This record gives sequence, C-alpha cells and structure tokens, in this order.
Amino acid sequence: MKRSRLFLILSLAVAAIAFGVIATTGISRNLVYYWSPTDITHAGDKAYGATIRLGGQVAPGSIRMGNGSLLDFDVTDHQHLIHVRSNGVPPQMFREGIGVVVEGTMVRGGYFQSDRLMVSHNNEYRAPKPGEAINAKQLIKTTKGL
Amino acid sequence: MIATLGRFIILTSVFVSAAGAMIAFAAGKRQSLDGLKLARRFAYAFAALMVLAVGVMEYALLTHDFSVSYVAQVGSREVPTWVTIVSLWSSLEGSILFWGLVMGLYIAGATWLTRNAYPDYMPFAIGTWLSCAAFFSFLISGPANPFITVPQPPLDGNGPNPLLQNHILMVAHPPFLYLGYVGMTIPFGFACAALLRGRLGHSFLKPLRASLMLPWIFLTIAIMLGGWWAYEVLGWGGYWAWDPVENASLLPWLTATAALHSAVVMERRGVLKGWTVTLVQASFLLTILGTFMTRSGVFNSVHSFTQSSIGPTILVFLAAALLFSVVLLALRVDSLESEGRIESPVSREGMFLVNNLIFVLLTFTVLIGTVFPLVVEALRGKQMSVGRPYFDSMVVPTGTALLFLIGVGPALPWGRPKRDQLVRSLLLPFASGAILGAIGFLAGARNPWTLVTLLFGGYAAWVTIVEMSRGGAKVLKRGRRRVGAYIVHAGAVIVLVAIAVSSTMKTQTEVQLTRGQSANIGMYTVTFLGAEDRTEPNRTSMIARFAVTSNGKPVTTMEPRMNQYPQMREPIGTPDVYSTVARDLYLSITNIDPGSQSVSVMMLITPMVSWIWIAVIVMGLGGVVALVPQRRVLAAEAEDRVPDVAAEVA
Repeated sequence: MKRSRLFLILSLAVAAIAFGVIATTGISRNLVYYWSPTDITHAGDKAYGATIRLGGQVAPGSIRMGNGSLLDFDVTDHQHLIHVRSNGVPPQMFREGIGVVVEGTMVRGGYFQSDRLMVSHNNEYRAPKPGEAINAKQLIKTTKGL
Repeated sequence: MIATLGRFIILTSVFVSAAGAMIAFAAGKRQSLDGLKLARRFAYAFAALMVLAVGVMEYALLTHDFSVSYVAQVGSREVPTWVTIVSLWSSLEGSILFWGLVMGLYIAGATWLTRNAYPDYMPFAIGTWLSCAAFFSFLISGPANPFITVPQPPLDGNGPNPLLQNHILMVAHPPFLYLGYVGMTIPFGFACAALLRGRLGHSFLKPLRASLMLPWIFLTIAIMLGGWWAYEVLGWGGYWAWDPVENASLLPWLTATAALHSAVVMERRGVLKGWTVTLVQASFLLTILGTFMTRSGVFNSVHSFTQSSIGPTILVFLAAALLFSVVLLALRVDSLESEGRIESPVSREGMFLVNNLIFVLLTFTVLIGTVFPLVVEALRGKQMSVGRPYFDSMVVPTGTALLFLIGVGPALPWGRPKRDQLVRSLLLPFASGAILGAIGFLAGARNPWTLVTLLFGGYAAWVTIVEMSRGGAKVLKRGRRRVGAYIVHAGAVIVLVAIAVSSTMKTQTEVQLTRGQSANIGMYTVTFLGAEDRTEPNRTSMIARFAVTSNGKPVTTMEPRMNQYPQMREPIGTPDVYSTVARDLYLSITNIDPGSQSVSVMMLITPMVSWIWIAVIVMGLGGVVALVPQRRVLAAEAEDRVPDVAAEVA
C-alpha cells in the first residue's frame, strides 16, 4: 500500500513536470510581442523572426497600392519609422494618419511583413496632433477585435 | 433623487449581507436552529434588495433619467427600447449590479429549496453565500457604483457600446454567462459547508451536484452564445480565437465538468470526496479570476469597458477566497474520509479518473496560456500575448483524447471487468468509428486530427446510443439522470466533430467586385447587386446586396453591411451568414464604396458550423433532463447501489 502510493505520487510528479516542460516550450514558441517602431529599431537584429504586433500611426503620404492586393505603407510613432508590406485588401477605415496594429515579422529585406492589418476600432482613439508622440502600447491594447 | 434611493438600497444590502453572513456562521458553530432561521431571512432580504435596486436602475434607464451616473454613461434617447433595457449589462457598473441581482436570486432560491433539509450544513452554506454577497454589494456601493448623482445631467447620452447594439445575441449571451458564473457561488457554498461541517454524507451529494449542474447548463450555453456572437458580428469568420475573455468563460466550465464527473464516482464508490470539493472550489475561484480578467481592463476587449478601479478590489477578493479555500481544504480534507476504493484502473471508475486528469490538464493549459502574459507584464513590464498555435497544439490532442474517453468510459463496466467483457465492449463500436472516418475521408477530410476525431467520434456515438437505449422506455422513469448524461455526451461528440471539421475544412477567398460582377466559391456563385445607404435612428448603414446562386438556381440574397454609429469614428462591419445543415456561406465586407458601386468582400465556406450551436443546445437540454427531479428517485437510486455495496462488503 505504502509503495503503491509512493509510486503514484512519483508518476504524478513526472507527468506534471513533463506537462510543464511541454507547456512552457509551447508558450515560448508562440509568443506575440507588442512593439512600437522605436522598439523594433532598438532591437536591431533581435527583431528578426519573432511574431510581433506593431502599433503606430500610418505615416501621411506613405500608402502605395501595388499590383493586386499588395499594400505598402510606413508605420510611425513620430520617433522612428518602419516600412510595412501587407497582402490583402485593407479594411474600410484604413487611411493615412489612422492608428493601426499590424501582426507579422521583421524580414531581412528591412521591412515588416504583415499577415494581419487591424485599425484602431476604439471610440477613445483620436489621431495625435502634429508633433505629439504616440503611445504604441496603449494603441495596441485599445485596438479591438484582435 | 433616484440615484440617492439606489445608493440607499445598496448600502442596506451591504449591511444585510454582512450581518446575515455573521449570523449564519455563528449559527453553524453553535448548531442553532433559531440562528439558521434568522440567517435565511437575511438571505431573502438580500435578494429582495437586489431586485429592488435593479428595478430602480431599469426605471431610471427607461425614463432616461440622466442624473443617474450609469444612465448618463450608457443611456440614449435614440436607441430602441430593447437596447435601453439590456443597457443594464452593457457597461461595468450596471453589469456588476446585474451580477448582484443574479446572486440574490440564486441565494434565495437555494435557501428556499433547502429550507427543510441539512440543518447541520446549511448555516455554513448560507454564511459563505452571504459573504460573497457582501463583497459584491460592497463593490456596487463603492468601486463600481452606478447610482452616483450627476450634478448637471446631460440632455442626452451616447448609448451603449455600438458593438453591443449591433446584434440581438447580445441580449442572450450576458444573462446566460452571469447565470453560469454567479451560480458557481452556490456549489462553492455547499462545498465549504461540507468542509466546515467536517462531513460529506451521501445525502448532501444531491444539493451539491444539482447546484453545480444548473450553472453548468447556463455556462455551456453562454460559451456557445459568445462564440456565435463573435461569428455573427466580428466578421473574421471564426467563432473561437483563444482570446483571454473566451478562455475566462471556458476555465470554470472545464473544472465544473470535471467535478460533475468525479461526483458520480463519489456517489457510486464513496471515494474522491476531497477531490470533488476541490474542483467545485476551483470552479468558483476561476469565475472570480475570469471576472477580474474581463472586467479590470488588464485585457482590452469588448468586455473590459473603461479602465476602472475595480480590478484591485476583485483581486483582493480572489486572494481572500483562494486563501480561505486552501486553508479550509488543508485543515479539513481528512475529515471527508473515503468509504470505498477503486479496484481496477481499467474500469468505469478508472476512466472517470482519466477524464478528471484530462480536464485538469486542459484547465492548466488554458490557464497558463492566459495568465502568462499578465505575469510577464507585471514582473518585467513587457507586453505580449500567447499566440493561437500554442492553444491549438495543446488542446487538440487533449480534446481528441477526451472524445475517445466519451466512448471508452461508458463502454467499460464498473468494478473489475473480465477480459472478454473488455474485448467485446471495446472493439465492437470501433466499426461505426471506422465508417464515420471513411465518410469523412470521402468527403475530403485529409487533416489527420480531423480523421482521428471522426474515428473516435463514431466510436463514442455508438457507445452513447447503445448505453442510452439500455433499459428501453423504462429509463425515462427510472434512470433519467443517466439518460441526461448520455444526451450531454451525444451533444459533446457532435460539437467536437463539428469543431474539427469546421476548423480544418473551410474555403476562403477575398475578392473585389463592382456592380453586376460575380465570384465563385465552392458550389456558390456570388453576384454583387449594388450598394445602398440606409438610415436608422441610432445608426446609418452601408449595405451591399449579393445574389447567391448554385448551379444557376437562385439560393438566397445576402446583405452584409457597414454600420456607422454616431459616437464611433469608424464603422463596424457586420457579416451576413447563409446557413444550411451542411455548410455556412459567410460574407464579410472589408471595404465598400457606394459612389463607385464597388465592394471588397471576404467569402468563406465553413462546413458544419450550425451543428455546433445545435449540439451545444442539446448538451444543455441533456443537463436539464438530468436535473429535473424524478419520482421514486430514491427507490431507484437505492436499487442501483445495492450490488456495488454488496461487492465492497464481500
């Protein structure tokens, strides 16, 4: 009786540890980071490969529609600028000066490849005044429908 | 004036619930029947005060009394009356008040139903309930007070969050969720009463299980309604995204489902008492954690409303309730001694254990993935979230294993089964599994997990049907609980299969059309007929009209739209869904220009989606069948139990 109980506790402990290891590796492989253009610029090489949610303002005058549904624009936090390439038709509200959140990765070509483009959907959001810095973290948090 | 009245009612309810809790615990300690009687009166009084408070708030909403802060916040003369009524739960303060109402009704109902029974346990249960009630009254009276007087009331308000006005499902989802969430307080009270009393007798199982079953039914439906709402409103074509707020609703459901299963083993074998009590307590604590996550603004979503100060308050309550539960368990769990033991791991009760293990594993998987970003942000200030692939890769195998158990568990007999019994009960149903798998393969399923799900699903469906029909027509009289459980299982099998098929076998394209142009998707041809503007009192809509044909025959017309609400800068897209038994056609506008009559639309064909909604309702109905008391239930239960007891004695 005592031995079987010990065996039970040991096997449960092993199972718990195995589960913990699987779960933590699973999480660390699938983390999505919330970054501003400044964060990405400062991270340098470290930014490549990780899944990132980039938040900022669509820089005025930067939108270029390419062939098909290819879309190019810059995202800025008024300190740094990241060039974004995205596939797919942009949502209705997408326009210059609006707050956006794009999900994707930094690629070696020096631009941000986005698979998801979301515009700030919040009634509290307002376009920043010229010269006013953008709080990218706040923007990402208040973008609904993520 | 109204605001003052509301504040007075709430303050009275703080006093009534706190005093009632103290009286109840004192009565429990002294085992005083007079004290219990008095505590019951306080429970009824709390419920009456909550009904009154909500009545006052609804009156203020309907009369557009903008001198009440909550009405000024969510009220508007422009919105339809049904939106005004449901505005009660459309923002933070009102939703906590609504929570109080549901809690009051639950406490009064549970107190009434147990008025002639369990006099030794009930003071502790009522004390626990009223302690929770006192906390929520306090929340309404201070941190989330909806009855603040507005010195200079505005002439009109903004109305509730447009996303909530956008669909009728919004009327149903929150009440069901509250009935599920708040209802977990009742079994929590019973579990704590068993620990405080130091006994969990066979008779006390009945209220514990019934009080767990009822909120479980509501929570099951509520989770489905939330997914359905997301599908019909958010426009990305899915129903579940492992969003923190979705996880918050799922977590207590997982532990409650585990508890419902372990309670069966407890009833049949007299074991797992402490474990069942732990699961019940965990379910309650997870509802509080869920409330914290959704309401405090740590995760931003349609649920979190504005940043508020109630987060820390709820966190303190969560910590207190957790501490209370853990200490109580540590001190008293030994008093709930086992009356039997489990003989063989390969048996019905063995499978119940595996079931519990899997549900706990699922709970931890989802809990870690949900809470991890919070912990990192609190400790290191970095913001991140856990991506969907983590949840998918962890939950898909576990969910598949669960589906296998739905088949294998009921196929195994109780006790110590013989070898040929095992072979017969395990191998035979696999034939139906193989058939379902083959049908799926022919229909184009190639994803290995989907095929495995179909195989196990067919297996489980066979076992469920055989077990359900065992005993013929007599079961509706005698074994209603058992039949109810198998109806739930049947629903669960369909849900799991439908989720596997719908998430792996969808077709999606995105096209740009001008008026008169068509696009093909699957068996459908979708033609853009034109765009028009429509003005309603509370919104203006841009509507795109599409004609859907299949093989040249007209099928339906669809009208996905963009709704513009005056208080929102940006429009909200609302997709349109054409559902058939086999598949849904889903149209969601990403861009529309009535001037040039052009539209960009996402088209999606998803098989078996409507099966999910229907099968979850079947699960809920199964729960109702199991819950409704049956005549001669005691006689039947005793008859059921005799052979087991005899076996144990021998």
